[in-house]
Amino acid sequence: MTLQTALENEDTTAPLISIEGLTKRFAGRGGRTVHAVEDVSFAIRRGTTVGLVGESGSGKTTAGRAILRLIEPTAGKAVFDGIDLFTLPERQMRAYRQRLQIIFQDPFSSLNPRMRIDAIVGEALDARGFPRGEKRRARVAELLTLVGLSPDHARRYPHEFSGGQRQRIGIARALAVEPDFIVADEPVSALDVSVQAQVLNLLSDLQQRLGLTMLFISHDLSVVEYLCDEVVVMYLGRVMERGPARQVYADPRHPYTRALLATAPVPDPTAKRVHVPLAGDIPSPLDPPSGCVFRTRCPHAIEACAKAVPPTETVGDNHAVACIRHRELAAA
Amino acid sequence: MAGAVSVAGQEPNLLMRLMSRPTALAGLVVLVVVTLAALLAPWLSTHAPGQLSIVNRLTPPGSAYLMGTDDLGRDIFSRVLHSGRTSLMVGFLVVGVASVIGIFLGLIAGFFRKADAPVSRLIDAMMAFPDILLAIALVAALGASATNVILALGIVYAPRLARVVRASTLVIRELPYVEAARALGVPTPVILVRHVLRNVTSPLLVQATFIFAQAILAEAGLSFLGVGISPDIPTWGTMISTGRQFMSTAGWMMLFPGLAIVVTVLALQLLGDGLRDLLDPRLAKDI
Repeated sequence: MTLQTALENEDTTAPLISIEGLTKRFAGRGGRTVHAVEDVSFAIRRGTTVGLVGESGSGKTTAGRAILRLIEPTAGKAVFDGIDLFTLPERQMRAYRQRLQIIFQDPFSSLNPRMRIDAIVGEALDARGFPRGEKRRARVAELLTLVGLSPDHARRYPHEFSGGQRQRIGIARALAVEPDFIVADEPVSALDVSVQAQVLNLLSDLQQRLGLTMLFISHDLSVVEYLCDEVVVMYLGRVMERGPARQVYADPRHPYTRALLATAPVPDPTAKRVHVPLAGDIPSPLDPPSGCVFRTRCPHAIEACAKAVPPTETVGDNHAVACIRHRELAAA
Repeated sequence: MAGAVSVAGQEPNLLMRLMSRPTALAGLVVLVVVTLAALLAPWLSTHAPGQLSIVNRLTPPGSAYLMGTDDLGRDIFSRVLHSGRTSLMVGFLVVGVASVIGIFLGLIAGFFRKADAPVSRLIDAMMAFPDILLAIALVAALGASATNVILALGIVYAPRLARVVRASTLVIRELPYVEAARALGVPTPVILVRHVLRNVTSPLLVQATFIFAQAILAEAGLSFLGVGISPDIPTWGTMISTGRQFMSTAGWMMLFPGLAIVVTVLALQLLGDGLRDLLDPRLAKDI
């Protein structure tokens, strides 16, 4: 470890991981290209949680997978602890994998149905060379307790658990390797609302207790507001707006963010709501609109929007927006 | 559901759990009996399997000859017992050879995108040949011997298993638990065995029982065509082929070796069915 990275580790404001220009394109049918993620950049400070929001098809899950190299990114950088993960050969990447973990959306297919819970969590312990025997049993019990399960659940199979319990097992597996960074890919969207709160509380509690750094992918804005320090809003593979959660929620600058926030339910039936019409579906990433990708659904789109991809402009402390009209819209 | 499984240290073992499934248990018992009968053939048989008795040729089943005699006056009962040794061995070994090749090819084709096209085309090419024809060609190339017949049939049936394994692997490859293992840095061969193969066992077992049955019959076909195991070693298949000529006059010549195959295959399928359920923790309802 160089002196510089050692110093950075001391500094809690330094980013643990910074993503620069992340791009992922897939080969589509007939030689066409699917632009899943285009030029996404953001940084996550140590011990904080960044929410990645956007509707279905916005590329948020692909971005999360690409950062961990579960799918190979097409271009970009992911600087983690001073090292660009994307340039590491697969063998060296393996050593890093334990420091980077993922929690999946679907608690049913994320656990091997033929393995008992202790084997599932134990596989993670294996990965970091944890000794077998009594010590391991104790560690598995400890991890299960940490996520709110009972140690005697260890000898059961996944199908004996409810969705929420399974999600806890998935969290225990991710935590078993004591990671520095966790990608939580919509960890509660497959759960009942009543169980969502429990799992969210668990994540928030673990985040504080273990000082986890997290990328929280979700389409649910209220969940992100509750859990995240910062938000990154994605649409059709690109970042529309990013900034501190409080600021983005209080003062959204991008028309897309405004539309998203306007559609989010507010627990107050008398609250007045300004409806920003957001017609139609997200366009196909096979053929994204020219210029600003949001212009086809944007109520404020003008001709200039089609000309060039809007540059990301800083509008406040750490708050940035990619819209050429954000100033006049804010004034209006 | 949670019942017996959850009591730590008191999980019923596979055999005990098998007891709760009468059909699977019956399959196991029959299979054990058939195997024992074949193994103990020299002690159980009433005559030497090759002993000719022209005066007693084509005798119907009776007290002297339990299952009658064939066209050369040989005791069918003794021959069925002795044939069982070869037939069962051929069946098991062919399934073994086919499994090793088929599982390997299937996993490779299903898991590695780049290997899929070449391996799948190879599988398709092999399946384009009629089974027997391909087996004959292979035996002709390798030379006729028991080992080569088993090897040839193993190669012939391997593509079927490979297809089943590939199809399931394609699905499992994309499941989050495989991704989770990759995220943990679990080496690919371990992922293939622990996460993929383990979840392919159900269709694999079903297919393997079919192949077992077909291998016994195919071996008969090869013997009939003269490229099988040498004719002086009796098998159920060869007995059926010779019996065919006397079907209308001495039906017992075909009936008993045929019954032996039916009983064995049926038992195997019942057992395979039960095992499939028992090996799947989701279906295993315990006592």
